[in-house]
Amino acid sequence: MLQPLHNGGAPTGMSPDWPMGFLHTYGPRADPVTGLAWGLSIISIAVVVIVTVLVLTGVLRRAGRGEVAALRPVRGEGGMQWIYIGLALTLVALLGSLVWTVTVLAEVDSPASKPALTIQVTGHQWWWEATYSGDDPSRAFTTANEIHIPVGQPVMVKLTGADVIHSFWIPTLTGKTDAIPGRTNVAWLQADQPGVYRGQCTEYCGQQHAHMAMYVIADPPAAFQAWAAQQRQPAAQPAAPQQVMGEQVFVQQCGACHTVRGTPAGGVVGPDLTHLMSRRTIGAGLLPNTVGALSGWIENPQAMKPGVLMPPTKVAPVQLAALRAYLETLR
Amino acid sequence: MTAWEDSRVPETADLTQDVRDRLKEIWEEKPGLLGWISSVDHKEIGKRYIVTAFALLIVGGIEALIMRLQLAGPERRLLSPEAYDQLFTMHGVTMIFLYASPVLSGFSNYLWPLLLGSRDMAFPRLNALSYWIYLAAAVFLYAGFVVGHGPDDGWFNYVPYASREYNPAFNIDIYALGLILLGISTTVGSANFVVTFLRTRCPGMSINRVPILTWGTLTASVGNILAVPSVSLAFFLLWMDRQFGTHFYDANQGQPLLWQHLFWMFGHPWVYVVVLPAMGMVSDGLPTFCRRPLVGYTPVALATVTTMALGFGVWVHHMFATGLPNLALSFFSGASIAIVIPSAVAVFAWTATIWTGRPRITTPFLFFAGMIVLFVIGGVSGFMTASAPLDWQLTDTYFVVAHLHYVLIGINVFPVVGGLYYWFPKFTGRMLDERLGKWNFWTMFVGFNVAFLPMHLLGVMGMPRRVYTYPQGMGWTATNVVVSLGAVLFAIGVLLLLINVAVSLKRGRIAGDNPWGAPTLEWATTSPPPPYNFAVIPSVASRHPLWEDALGESTARSRIDHGLLLDRGRETIATSPLDAEPNLILEMPADTPAPFLLAVGLTGIFAGAAGHWWWLSGAGGALLVLALLMWFWPRRMHADEPEAEPAHV
Amino acid sequence: MSEAVYQGAPLPVGARRRNSVGWWGMLCLIATEASLFAYLLFSYYYIAVQRGKAFAPNPHPSMKLSGPNTIILLASSVAVWWGEEGVKKGRKGQHLTGLGAGILLGVIFLIVQMFEWKAKGFGPTSGSYGSLFFTVTGFHMAHVIAGVAILSAVWIWSALGYFNQRRHAPVSIASIYWHFVDAVWLAVFFTFYVSPYLMW
Repeated sequence: MLQPLHNGGAPTGMSPDWPMGFLHTYGPRADPVTGLAWGLSIISIAVVVIVTVLVLTGVLRRAGRGEVAALRPVRGEGGMQWIYIGLALTLVALLGSLVWTVTVLAEVDSPASKPALTIQVTGHQWWWEATYSGDDPSRAFTTANEIHIPVGQPVMVKLTGADVIHSFWIPTLTGKTDAIPGRTNVAWLQADQPGVYRGQCTEYCGQQHAHMAMYVIADPPAAFQAWAAQQRQPAAQPAAPQQVMGEQVFVQQCGACHTVRGTPAGGVVGPDLTHLMSRRTIGAGLLPNTVGALSGWIENPQAMKPGVLMPPTKVAPVQLAALRAYLETLR
Repeated sequence: MTAWEDSRVPETADLTQDVRDRLKEIWEEKPGLLGWISSVDHKEIGKRYIVTAFALLIVGGIEALIMRLQLAGPERRLLSPEAYDQLFTMHGVTMIFLYASPVLSGFSNYLWPLLLGSRDMAFPRLNALSYWIYLAAAVFLYAGFVVGHGPDDGWFNYVPYASREYNPAFNIDIYALGLILLGISTTVGSANFVVTFLRTRCPGMSINRVPILTWGTLTASVGNILAVPSVSLAFFLLWMDRQFGTHFYDANQGQPLLWQHLFWMFGHPWVYVVVLPAMGMVSDGLPTFCRRPLVGYTPVALATVTTMALGFGVWVHHMFATGLPNLALSFFSGASIAIVIPSAVAVFAWTATIWTGRPRITTPFLFFAGMIVLFVIGGVSGFMTASAPLDWQLTDTYFVVAHLHYVLIGINVFPVVGGLYYWFPKFTGRMLDERLGKWNFWTMFVGFNVAFLPMHLLGVMGMPRRVYTYPQGMGWTATNVVVSLGAVLFAIGVLLLLINVAVSLKRGRIAGDNPWGAPTLEWATTSPPPPYNFAVIPSVASRHPLWEDALGESTARSRIDHGLLLDRGRETIATSPLDAEPNLILEMPADTPAPFLLAVGLTGIFAGAAGHWWWLSGAGGALLVLALLMWFWPRRMHADEPEAEPAHV
Repeated sequence: MSEAVYQGAPLPVGARRRNSVGWWGMLCLIATEASLFAYLLFSYYYIAVQRGKAFAPNPHPSMKLSGPNTIILLASSVAVWWGEEGVKKGRKGQHLTGLGAGILLGVIFLIVQMFEWKAKGFGPTSGSYGSLFFTVTGFHMAHVIAGVAILSAVWIWSALGYFNQRRHAPVSIASIYWHFVDAVWLAVFFTFYVSPYLMW
């Protein structure tokens, strides 16, 4: 049994203890919300403390023992001013919170500058497809579960669902936006520091909703351009005979669902594997992308991610070894 | 049976043993199974509701404990994902639909006629029907689960995952049909409460003298009447999509978000349906133990109604992440934040009642006072999620799980358990044990907070809800262990309650009519009350008929020992909606199996539809028609009576 | 006996016209059914707005059958009202004729609706418009059938002599339900037959 993946590496400066926490955020889409979160939390905690103290002191102040029925009820003096004063204070807090809310809404509505690029992100049961199209369709490429962005620049994300509703959430960069079949929702994000930011599907979408993570990787602009240029390339032709055999096995066994650009394998059901080995994880954040994990996954994905739509690959051991050797060339 | 009469001046009488004997003969339930099935006594029905709802609370609680075992550590494999998904779905369905509202219906059914000084609800047979359909719907909803095909899309059952394409088994069909069935029960029950409130209050109980509990249940009932059709329709359209290939929800021709709108237009008012009557229990119960009337009766009653009215305008706050324009987000944030206002009225009214009263720390008081704190915690977390941009971070995480449990357990379970301690003597004639009761409260209160307070933190640490497991390295493990331990402690608290009930039923201290020295009418009759509730109909002169001498607010006095007799068959008095002036002598129906048969027929129709056994649906339909005819066949020929109105004296 | 608690006029015994609890119960039923239709029509308008012009039926729905049928249904309401006036005035003939005519017109409405359904070139599964059209009109037809059944039961009880001038709550209760079913039709008619001309 393989050990499941840890957090996949935290961004620089980020607390690695809580990779999904959002009390420290790293971009202008999330930062104003974090301020709001602290503000409303403080108001909330204050209210809880005040009421708890009032109830406790009220109970203990005059609490008596003995039979309830023996104590003669009284008309009771005052009391109404509690409601008046309480309501007045409440109204002030509410009005302030509403103004703050609306301000933050306007602030995070759209990025301050023109987005550097637009990524089409599609939620699938149970993985994320990301297509970088740009202005020139011939330069488009598709990857899965790992979204690279240039650091310090706003990036638009166009979201849709391929099958059921999913929700896109990178807590340290942006709140949730649903990926709904038949609709395109727009979110944006910007990372102010290079690093790896974890995200996860947050709309319940079926059996493996729990294992539908993704990573946003913010690279310095030059590194991002290099990464994009590399991703745009078709897969390298395999050289060694075992790898050539592996490619044949791949096209036959896997090509109906997976694409490797530059080969006849052009399936669109599962993730594009053209540059599989450039990714850190497999199974949407489930396992580290190591040779061992990969071969275990190919043999029997159901054992690792029960219910996953990928069937076991039933081939002879020699073919499996060849397939693994081929996959390792997809860099 | 006396001869037919058109109108009469109702006689009045003193409360004597002779009167009691006569009424007992008229109202007593027949023995045997048929008598049991045919009973239309609101107290009998109320008890059945409470017992059934508590049984389902325990089932739902066991489901929760199993889930907490799975989540006590990362990557645990106690449950398969499918098993976990069915468990969390059934847990939600059970607690929200089969426990939270029915248990309040149970209390209200039992208490309303007693609180209002009536002999039964306006429609006793409808009351029985409501219970039988509820029971049938509970069995129906669990039928799929016990054979391994429970619904697995969460209680709010979003499409397209709930569509046939992604969920081909009959699990979702069972859920859809079961909830429509339950909706019928809720609707007829609600209509009954509305008419009972308007027409069967005792003379003098004008609309500003009714207990707050009845305001809560009335508001919830009106909410149900207007909101339940939305969810029934949503499920019906889903069933059509799944069974007949219509296109309401599919992405290509219909619109998946239609489901969310229909569901939450119902779903949010429903939240208030399951808390307002419970808040009413606190508003009525606290004053008894603080030995003074509730501070701010009128604002609290108005706040109850206002909460529901606003509650119809905030459903979109469940959909903040669906891609809405800023204007809609701002509007629905504002509307949702505004709901804090009526809630604050209630909180300050309760706190003021404690401060300006002389509290006696009894078990029911602890539950009611504890509820205030839990209410505020659930309220402020709701206020945080009402803020759209913050909700983008909070929604669908454990923060929301924490929030909704503070609302449902804090504002429903705690008042209900407190209500059980408060009214158990009335229900059974015996007190629940106070010492065990205090253990019961503290175990539940501490266990609850240990289980659910850290869940807020889990949400802030980014743990999504509805995950069957989670990876290591997220920083969630330790908190999850604490949550699971808290859940066990809370469960022990519930167990203490059950033990207390079991022991006290046999050995509890004899209660007497009014063990708490409480002010309202239910305490004016014996414990447990006789089948006819009041041998003579009381007439009231204030909000606190039993405290008038002590409070000395005015010289007018309510009458308990002398009142309308109404003993020519099962009769009670109907009064005008606002001022409660007598305007009709109501002939109440005899016990009848018609409601039971109607429920059986209706269940047959739904079971046939679920299994495509159309013959069963046909047979159910035939039984339904027969039961309806039995029910509605006019009781008396009036053709030969005099045509003209008799001259009034 | 001590002082009398009640000193007013004689009170009617049992269900009587609009004073009866049954009348109030029917108002509750109507409120919940009206909500149901409001949600149905909301579904129509929501999908129509979301999907835009592609959703619109082409050509616009014809009023050839539905127009006259609307008048038939409204006429049935008038007949039922006249019948109820009959029982209030103690005219059994008018009472039975009015209710009977209402039932008959309701049945005619149903038959014409079947022709209207047949005349449509689409079915409930051919698109979201078709699904909505047949579901909403189907819901309405089910209510007409229920209304006819209720009126028929009341007609039979009336013929058997269960009601008279002062005791006829079931007649009033059945009538108000029937008027509600007719009023709902106007909303359905406006939505399906008039609004397309205004929206697209």
